[in-house]
Formats: sequence, structure tokens, C-alpha cells
Amino acid sequence: MTYGAGVDVGSTQTKAVILSEDRQIVARALINTGANVSMAAERAFKQAASAAGVPPEGIAYVVGTGYGRYKVNFGNAQITEISCHARGANFLFPQTRTVIDMGGQDAKGIRVGEQGDVKDFVMNDKCAAGTGRFLSNAAETVGLSLDQIGPISLEATKPVRLSTVCAVFVESDIMSYLAEGKTVPDILGGVHSAIAARTVALVRRVGIEPEVAFTGGVSRNIGMVKALEEKLGLPVNVCDDSHFIGAIGAAIFALERALGGEASAGPAKVGRREAPASSQPSAAQQT
Amino acid sequence: MAQSPAKTDYQGRIHNLQKDMIGRYYSRLTAAAENQGEKAIYMLISGNPVELIEAFDMIPVYPEVNALQLAVKKQSLPLILAAEEMGYSTDNCAYVKADVGMYFAGRKTPFATIPEPDLILCNYVGCNVYLQWFEHLREYSKAPIYNLDVPFFRTNADEPSEDDVHYVVKQLEELIEILERMSGRKLDYKRLQHIVELSGETGALWSDIKTLTQQRPAPFDAYFDSVMMMAPLYCLRGTEDGLWFFQQAYKEMKERADRHEGPLPEEKFRVVMEGPPPWPYLRQFRDLFSRWGAVAVASTYSTVGGIWEFGFRHDPQRPIESIARHMLQWNLTNRNFLQRYRQIKDYVRDWNADALVIHSVKSCRLFSAGQGDMREYFTKQLNVPTLLIESDIEDPRYFSEAQLRNRVDAFFEALEHQRMVVKS
Repeated sequence: MTYGAGVDVGSTQTKAVILSEDRQIVARALINTGANVSMAAERAFKQAASAAGVPPEGIAYVVGTGYGRYKVNFGNAQITEISCHARGANFLFPQTRTVIDMGGQDAKGIRVGEQGDVKDFVMNDKCAAGTGRFLSNAAETVGLSLDQIGPISLEATKPVRLSTVCAVFVESDIMSYLAEGKTVPDILGGVHSAIAARTVALVRRVGIEPEVAFTGGVSRNIGMVKALEEKLGLPVNVCDDSHFIGAIGAAIFALERALGGEASAGPAKVGRREAPASSQPSAAQQT
Repeated sequence: MAQSPAKTDYQGRIHNLQKDMIGRYYSRLTAAAENQGEKAIYMLISGNPVELIEAFDMIPVYPEVNALQLAVKKQSLPLILAAEEMGYSTDNCAYVKADVGMYFAGRKTPFATIPEPDLILCNYVGCNVYLQWFEHLREYSKAPIYNLDVPFFRTNADEPSEDDVHYVVKQLEELIEILERMSGRKLDYKRLQHIVELSGETGALWSDIKTLTQQRPAPFDAYFDSVMMMAPLYCLRGTEDGLWFFQQAYKEMKERADRHEGPLPEEKFRVVMEGPPPWPYLRQFRDLFSRWGAVAVASTYSTVGGIWEFGFRHDPQRPIESIARHMLQWNLTNRNFLQRYRQIKDYVRDWNADALVIHSVKSCRLFSAGQGDMREYFTKQLNVPTLLIESDIEDPRYFSEAQLRNRVDAFFEALEHQRMVVKS
């Protein structure tokens, strides 16, 4: 049996998935990334391999993805999570044409082709507004855990209108609503609605076509699923594996390469950077 | 597939020639700063009337060039912070802040001492921040200022109106009177004609050089390597030296083209670049593209100081009018977005590009506003794959390599995939 593995090193969590030759997910692992990115990648990979009952060296090909993909030192190739999310969404929901991904630091929209190829993508600006970080700051301010805020947001009767989607200023906004006597469900309803509106506006830039898959860590939040569906006017596909979708996509790339050799789809191994590449501008040079 | 970046340094003959020539230009600036040289005229790059300055044997000083050199030399941040301490906002143009910071730090830079202005010539085109920048410099230096009011190219017509041309010509005549008073001598019209003729020939060569990148592989990178030829275009245009530089540059690039030599071992993607580069991290930024075998075959940034590749030439028979037309019509920033779209469309078609890359500048909303629409227009209406990324021209705090690399990698992964699907 040939196995492929995908390791998705995210800013908050690291996910690993092992895929067997017949394209079945045989194991998953999820750990916090922490400060040592290489070690997190390796731990997640080994944990998944052990859960699959396969020795690490028995995995034919490993693809790293996510921000820490270049730290997947034992991997055979690195592919961006944008390509991997598109592929993973196509695997879980074959009719996917739009992926909305919300992670710890990124929000992105991907337009996906029939083969799970990336047609176009947009990402949030270099700012955590509208990402998982915003939600975790909001949760902390009202003294709840991330897992709790989604269900509670659904109890909102009159969601507040947040004036900001800034992950830093959200705290002071929430504090002032608490001072006004607004309820926690109404505040959390407003938080989810504000993020959903911002994300949908972002994703509209690539064009939203059904079916829509919702991926990334935030897809586990039922409040956000409902808020997105409301803003989109469309159902969004989520499942237990949505959180692993980047790792699944990476594992598909890995499996294809293990079975078909290096020539198959996607970029191959990216070496460490060697000599400086481009012209270092000399003193009196540029304009 | 992305690879370790190849050696892409352009280290040919003209690289050294350019270093020497611009080095001499900076020595002239230092001499002027020590009151042993020419009169210093502060100007802006876009639509600069350097021919008139040359005709009076004065020296052009471009605060933008100085600011970007500071960024390249990794000197910009402390100067930006100094300006912010003075009260300039974080959202202000970072060129302005670096320049103001440098001014109050004694005008000493690693490449020259920048002279105080003898005249601040605000050749305002396209960017209203320029007006305030130069008014501030006037306030600080107490030097006289002349605002050249160049009407924005506000219609989608092929030519500016005769009224607009006349309006600018009249102002250039006023400027000539000012320069006559400053120099104590009358304009030598025949000399101006000769200078304008040199500019015309220089522009023709620059246009020929830029046309060479229509070949496959492109003999040089029309974004990253073009910047090497831009300083001579602004600082030395209208001189025999400047013309000679462009003759040498054409010769060298033509030889490379004939030998089918490109800046990378393999040219895999041909892109058009829109927007100025992130000067503080130029090399890292270039590497992001080199890894993918992506070469710029055309760039809008190389036309901020003038557009020659679509036929414009300075005309010695009508020197002042052709300077006016250059300011009004034949530089990127005085044009509206529909004209910029057309320019990019022409590049994509005639230079056979695979994609458009837009580098948006955080501290320059004037250049960057509208680029979201541009992305939409090229992807959705014209089906040109387009990548929009953002950092800054001058402020290193806005450059996030991980974020940029993620976007660039994903973009070329998708392009590569599409190419394989088409092949199979």
C-alpha cells in the first residue's frame, strides 16, 4: 500500500493527514503549533503515521503546506495552502466552486475549477481584521472559550452593530457594549455578523458560485457557519474534516506524486535559498 | 515549480557605466551642497521638464530619487520615524517622510550631500501630495517655489486639448523668465533645441530597448532591470552623456537579445508589473518571482518619468510645446485609469505576457486607489490572470515576506497547473 501525507503548519495549529492509495483518510493529527514550527510539523506527522499504523518512513511522499511549510524539513515538497484548500475542498465536496477559508490569521476566498484547481483567489490585507484572531480576542473579552462563542451567538435576539472589525479595537467596542448592558449573546451575534459581512465582501471579489465550502479552523464555529449562510443566502458545506482540509489537499498532492512521480500537478520541492538571486542595487542606481 | 533563485544580478557593462555616471551626478549634488556647483532645482520625476534646467546649466534634484536611494540603502526607517515625531501621520507618503527626515538630519546621505534648493519647481502631475511636499520644503528651506499646474489627463481622448497644451506652455514660458533671472542670462533657444533633440534621441533609444523584451526570452527584466536605466533618464536626459549611455545600453541589450540571453536560466512566465517596487526589500521581492522563472516583460513603473514606447518623441522644432506634451500626456501619473488600463492591455498583447502583477503601495493611495478595480477588470473582463499584492515603496514596516510569498507562490502554482492542463 502506498501512502501520502499532508502536513498543514498553520499559525495556530498544525494538522497532519495520511491518505492511502485508494484515497481514504486513514489518520489525522492536530496539535498546537507553538514556537518550534519544525518540531510541531514533525510531531503532527509522526502522530498521524502512528495512528495510521504506518512507520514514518513507510509514507511515500510528504507535502507541507501553510505558513510553516518551509519548516516541514522532512517533506518532499511545499505547496501553498491556497492550492491545498482548493484540492481538499474538491475531495470532500466535489461540486465546490468557492472556498471560504478562515484561519487564525488569514481569511481568503478561492474560486475553484472542476478539478479542484485554483482559478482565482483573494486574501485579507496584512491585518487580522475578520480572522480567527478577531474571534479569539472577542471570546477572551467576554470570558468565554472559542468553542463556546459560536453556539451562544445563535441565541442573539438583537445582535449589536459593531463599529469595527479590527482585532485590536474589538475589545474596547465589546467593553462599551457590556457597559451599556447589552447581553453576551447579542454582542457575540454582532461579532459573528460583522466578520461574516467582511468575509463575504472579500470573497465576492473572486465571484461566489455554489457550492461553497467553508474551511479552516473557524469553520468549526457553528455561529460563523450560520452567519455566513445568512450573508451569502446560500448553504455552506462544512464537515468534521473541514478543519483538516489544507492537510487533506496536501496529502492528495502527495499521493498523486507518490503514484505518478514528480511530473504530476503542482510545484515540486523548493530548495533552501542559496546565493542571493537578484541585483542588489548599487548606491547610485535606482529610480 | 519553484526553485532556488537563480543568479539574476544584472552585472553587464552598463551596470558599471550607470554606477559611474550616476556617481558623478551625485558628486555634482555634493558640490552644489558645498556652494561650489550648479544651482539646484528640486523637481518631481513624473513629467519632469529637465530640458529647461539643462538649458540654464543648473542641476535637477529629485527628492523621490533620494528617498528611494535611502530605502535601498536601508536608511529610510529612522528618517521616517523622525518625520512622524514631527507630526507626519503614519498614513502619509513615506517618500515625503524619508525626505523630510533626511532634510532635518543635515541632508547627508551615504550617496551624496543633498543641496538646499535654489528653486523648488513643483511640476505637479497626478499626485496632489507633491504640492504639499514641496510647500513643506519651501517652508523649511525658505527657497522660492514655482507651481507648475499641469491639468490631469481627464478624458479618454488620445490627445489633451489645445487649451491644456497652451496653458502649460504659458507656464513654461514664465518658468523660463524665472530661470533667466536666476542665471542672469537669456535662454539660448538654439541650445534648448539641441537639448530637446538629444532628449528625443534618448527617448527613441529607450523605446527601442523596451521593445527588445517583446522577444522570448526577454533580454532583461523590464521591472527590476529597468530601474537601472531610469536614473540616467531623469538625471541625464538632454545631455550628450545621457544619450551615450542609452546608445551603450541599447547595444548591450540588443546583443543579449541576439544571443537569446535572459535574466534567468529559463523564462517560464512573462508578466507585466504595475506599481513601484518595494525599495527597502528589492532583492527579496525579486526573488519571489525569480524562483518561479517569472520575468517582467513590461512595467508601468518604468513610465512614471515618461512614456516613449508608444511613439512620443521630443520635437526640436517645437521644444517648449513638446516638453508641455510630455508633462500632460506622456507620463504615467498624469493619465487616468482608463488610459493606464489601455497601456497595460497593450503590454499584455504586444509583449505576450501570461499575467499581470499589481504591487500596491500602502502609503500611496493616489497611485494605488483603483487597483482593486484594475484587478477585477483584467481577471474578469480580459481573462488575464492578475495578482494583487501590497507592501510599500519606502517604509520597511509594511513588508511581510511570508504574506507576499504565500500569495506569489499560490498565484504561480495556479498558473503552472493551468498550463499543464492545457498541455495534457
